[in-house]
Amino acid sequence: MFWAVVAVVLCLVAPSMNWWFPGNNAEAASTLGTRIDDLFYLILVIVTVTFVGTQIALGYVLWKGADNRDEKAHFTHGSHSLEVIWTIVPSGILLFIALYQMDVWAEYRVISKFPADAVAQPVADVTARQFEWRIRYPAPGRKFKSQADIRKWLRVPEAGDLHYPNELCVPTTRNVLFYLRSGDVQHAFFSPELRVKQDAVPGKVIPVWFNATKRGEYTLLCAELCGWGHYKMKARILAVPENEYRQYLLNLQKELADDGFDEDAPESDE
Amino acid sequence: MSTTEATIHHAEHGHHEPGLIAKYVFSTDHKMIGLQFLLTTMFMLLVGGALALAVRWQLAFPWESMPLAGRLFAGQGGQISPEFYTMLFTMHATVMIFLVIIPILAGAFGNFLIPLMIGADDMAFPKLNMLSYWFMWPAILCFSLSFFAGGEFMNSAPAAGWTSYPILSAIMDAAPGSGHAQTFWLLGLTFVGVSSMMGSVNYLTTIINMRAPGMTLFRMPMTIWAMFITAILQAFALPVLTAAGFMLLFDRGLPGGLQTCFFIPADLVINNSSPTVGGGQPLLWQHLFWFYSHPAVYIMLLPAMGMVSDMLSAMSRKPLFGYKPMVYSMAAIAGLGFIVWGHHMFTSGMNPALGMTFMTSTVMIALPSAIKTFNWIGTMWGGKLQFNTVLLNSAGFVSMFVVGGLSGIFMAAVPVDIYIHDTYFIVAHFHYVLFGSTLFGVFGAIHFWFPKMFGRLMNDTVGKWHFALTFIGFNGTFFPMHLLGVAGMPRRYADPYLHPYLEHLLPMNQFITACAILMGFAQLLLIGNFLYSSKFGKKVGRNPWNANGIEWIAPSPPGHGNFDIPPVCYRGPYEYSSPLVEGRDYLMQNEYLGDVKHTAEKSSESTASHDT
Ligand code: HEM
Ligand SMILES: [Cu+2]
Ligand SMILES: [Cu+2]
Repeated sequence: MFWAVVAVVLCLVAPSMNWWFPGNNAEAASTLGTRIDDLFYLILVIVTVTFVGTQIALGYVLWKGADNRDEKAHFTHGSHSLEVIWTIVPSGILLFIALYQMDVWAEYRVISKFPADAVAQPVADVTARQFEWRIRYPAPGRKFKSQADIRKWLRVPEAGDLHYPNELCVPTTRNVLFYLRSGDVQHAFFSPELRVKQDAVPGKVIPVWFNATKRGEYTLLCAELCGWGHYKMKARILAVPENEYRQYLLNLQKELADDGFDEDAPESDE
Repeated sequence: MSTTEATIHHAEHGHHEPGLIAKYVFSTDHKMIGLQFLLTTMFMLLVGGALALAVRWQLAFPWESMPLAGRLFAGQGGQISPEFYTMLFTMHATVMIFLVIIPILAGAFGNFLIPLMIGADDMAFPKLNMLSYWFMWPAILCFSLSFFAGGEFMNSAPAAGWTSYPILSAIMDAAPGSGHAQTFWLLGLTFVGVSSMMGSVNYLTTIINMRAPGMTLFRMPMTIWAMFITAILQAFALPVLTAAGFMLLFDRGLPGGLQTCFFIPADLVINNSSPTVGGGQPLLWQHLFWFYSHPAVYIMLLPAMGMVSDMLSAMSRKPLFGYKPMVYSMAAIAGLGFIVWGHHMFTSGMNPALGMTFMTSTVMIALPSAIKTFNWIGTMWGGKLQFNTVLLNSAGFVSMFVVGGLSGIFMAAVPVDIYIHDTYFIVAHFHYVLFGSTLFGVFGAIHFWFPKMFGRLMNDTVGKWHFALTFIGFNGTFFPMHLLGVAGMPRRYADPYLHPYLEHLLPMNQFITACAILMGFAQLLLIGNFLYSSKFGKKVGRNPWNANGIEWIAPSPPGHGNFDIPPVCYRGPYEYSSPLVEGRDYLMQNEYLGDVKHTAEKSSESTASHDT
């Protein structure tokens, strides 16, 4: 059918019109993100073939049937072998699609599969609130001794912690893990360029990790309806090389000490 | 309803003509109740459509004051405030799902068609049936009241989305719409639930007990199978939603300052209130809600699938391809539908092992959907197609269902869903299945069964225009939304352009809005055609389409009690172009062809049910 052609052409021109994934050249800016994109393209190919195939078949039977000059339609109640074929073939393809996704999902979410370096030294504790992101970094130089130590840090804020709203700075080309929680209603941490999304569920503290491959300033926004200001929970993720990252934290430490901020105060309307 | 046929059935059944109120208002006649449902839902379709256009206005012309409708909220300069925006999409979805799609399928067509198609004189419980319609009204009242709950029109409606996730929906102070408006919303939901439940009990009983002699299960039309399976889904899934709704109501506060904490954890500080006491789990709501709402999306689809199967077969003058696989795949969809709800929660932080199982079950639910699609195409293949509005809408259904089903696969793949969850991709997906499939199916069904309702035909030319404009408008509106989703535009944003990476999407959104307006206005053709034809359409006899179903034996419109003589069923409903009859291409379910042929037919039916 005509409409199938339009749809396919639209998909083909979409990347060049910039109607495609966000990020430089529509490339993901994290390691898992790249693999998510690959899975997306794989499904896109399978789906496009199916889509075009079925629409053409549909167009064909419509066209043939419209000019059927026979006295009567072809009398048949179906075909056993066709049913078997179109049950088994799609089920094979579908099972393949499902099984093929498992690895990336496991790495993204199964805690025992998380990279060990990231798990040992989380970089931040992120709290979503109506309508801002509050970031808490451990004091620069603070090394966590054990998981118990991390749990304690998550439970009880420490004096040396650095607090800053709406900007999360992370080192590039290294696995980083942060803990995500909500202070009021449900939110979701969404960074389109990094292809990271995780709901911030009230009452839960959820570990999230990623590995930013390229230096850059990435978007952080909220993906779960959290009230009227949902659309403006705008923040950014700064991904910078390791040494700049250290410097960033030291500067932040100085700045916070200088201005005499106390722990809970920093707040901006952004 | 019937004046022409009144004399006949008076003689036959000895019914008394009911008075005006009993006939048109508190009617217990399934046909009148079906029509009441149909008119109510068509009106609600316009209401829901207006809400959608307001949403689209904001996305195309953010913060600009709205023409025409802007006067309703002139207090804010005709501008859509962000609060109001959240209310608009919440109520759009609520109206469309609970007051249009579910009741138009089960309520309108279920009621009108079930007794007629199985050859019964009415539903098993006519009074319950009437109640099921009248329970819609308290629901509509609650939903309307929720707009006024804050005292100020249009600034206090529920705003937590149709999914109403707690904490937003559980704590009165969490948002401007979370106050009494949310309470009214939950009550409204309970009423539609009660209405649906009464309907489904009735449909189940009627289909099990009241089929005409000879109408075995495997001679039932697909529409009846669909209504049957839908009723089962509803009966099993609804109690969970109702219970969850009451739990949420209790969490929001009981008289006397009491409060439960099913969904509220401890230590949340909302809008500077004192910390919550808590102990609950917000995820519990999501599980309970989707345990209902995933089966519910099939409640919103299966009846349309059934009706399209019947219409395609009739309009292709050809038996339905693979009747039994069609039945089994529908049952499989319903069964699998109960074990896939977690696919709405992939990023919710539930145990990742669940992500894997729900992904597998979700991907597998695409299988029966694929089987059905192939069989529909098989039905048309080699047919003698009647190119009218009914066929166009049915073919449109198949074509759009393919898109919706295939986009489902992206979202079923968990890693990909991490990215596209809660973006416009989701919005594209469910509009392709709910509007693209269900509503096109419904449009077809309205044209197809209209003659049975009013004894007149709808205008086919207007119908074709309506189809063409809606089809173009629909694809122009929703196809680009896939691209918005891939570009990372989140749903439920009052102003996406605040974020630099979305700025360039404004022109596309304006295009979408233009298409949506076109599509919205195209619906006036349908409504106009419907109203005009019901009075002035071309008069037709009992069986204008030369179709096979038992409903076509009854007078058009059928009188109270439906049939002149109780019908007997000799075969399935799809014997179009059967070689058993000469000179015509249909063979109705109630026609007896004489002993010899009948025995031959019966034995062939029992041995090779779906082989060529
Ligand atoms: C081929 C089969 C289908 C598959 C694999 C599928 C898969 C999915 C998935 C995974 C989601 C969740 C996406 C997310 O929120 O991230 C979803 C959402 C949805 N689906 Fe489907 N789906 C299918 C068919 C249908 C059908 C037939 C309907 C309705 C008639 C439907 C209606 C919906 C709705 C309404 C939502 C969105 C709910 C919301 O978040 O507001 N789907 N689908
Ligand atoms: Cu939000
Ligand atoms: Cu679902």
